[in-house]
Amino acid sequence: MSGEPRLVEVRKNVLKQNDVVARALRERFRQAEVLAVSLVSSPGSGKTAFLEKTLTMLRSRSRVAALVGDLATENDAARLARSQAPVKQIITGTICHLEAAMVQNALDGWDVGELDFLFIENVGNLVCPSSYDLGEDLRIVLLSVTEGEDKPLKYPTIFNSADVAVITKLDLAAAAEFDEAMARRNIQAVRPGMEMFTLSSKSGEGMEKFLEFLQSRRTQCRAAAAV
Amino acid sequence: MHELSIAMSIVDMAQEEAERQGNAQVQFVYLRLGLLTGVVKEALLSSYEMACAETLLEGSKLVIEEIAVEVFCPKCDAARVVESIQWFCCPECGTPTPKVLHGKELEVVALEIRQ
Repeated sequence: MSGEPRLVEVRKNVLKQNDVVARALRERFRQAEVLAVSLVSSPGSGKTAFLEKTLTMLRSRSRVAALVGDLATENDAARLARSQAPVKQIITGTICHLEAAMVQNALDGWDVGELDFLFIENVGNLVCPSSYDLGEDLRIVLLSVTEGEDKPLKYPTIFNSADVAVITKLDLAAAAEFDEAMARRNIQAVRPGMEMFTLSSKSGEGMEKFLEFLQSRRTQCRAAAAV
Repeated sequence: MHELSIAMSIVDMAQEEAERQGNAQVQFVYLRLGLLTGVVKEALLSSYEMACAETLLEGSKLVIEEIAVEVFCPKCDAARVVESIQWFCCPECGTPTPKVLHGKELEVVALEIRQ
């Protein structure tokens, strides 16, 4: 090897490939007037129970479907299928997060134009999913009352990347001595102005309010698509 | 632990550029890494070594410039660097703000090569 070292400018986003696919997905969702909603949380926060309840309640009034990511097993898809909504499992193998291309592949054979809402349940992980845009319109981060009020401060990156926070397992709040005001303060610290809901997928408390919010978001996105 | 897949993307990108430069030997890869990306510098550095093995990049070094999280403070009408990513507010006046200007960068800026 000879010659002086020299600098070559590159200036490329490392996640460009993912971002390109995510942008295409977002445009596809916009044209289809479907609201794409992704869910992120730590394992065991109740994503699947929350999604099952959401699908079951929404199904009577809207056209809904879900994609669900896991490292292994189709258990979650089987649980969600009880809602009778179309559900597809994405098995990521050793990958700790969903990427836009996985969503794109999973949608193969689905006509998103026939949907009002598409839910995408990410792998249970509060670190890795924050870096990957899936083309969703809304990213919801879940925090269960049993996890501790300081979760947002421990994982500020993912809370900051989300649009909405949902506090789940409200039915266990008393047993867990959950301090809701503190949890809300911590969420607002890492993402000022973030919309927050508190609910129980089990008892259904707070679900209606959340579903109304989803419906109004969809109306907004449809109005935006019509422009 | 998604740093390995990110390291592999960096290696792919740098390799492509090195090939374009006539299979140049890459000595350094310069990366800008925002503190809000959720990517850990140390994990990325060790993943990078693994990802380089048996590629044109083998033996090259990844040089990471960390980018602080900068927000826009509506009250001061100015860009401000937050003191902690656990507290998205203006360090001068304390106004909370969600508007992030910098900190999400994950960008290969340049390569240092030897022909």
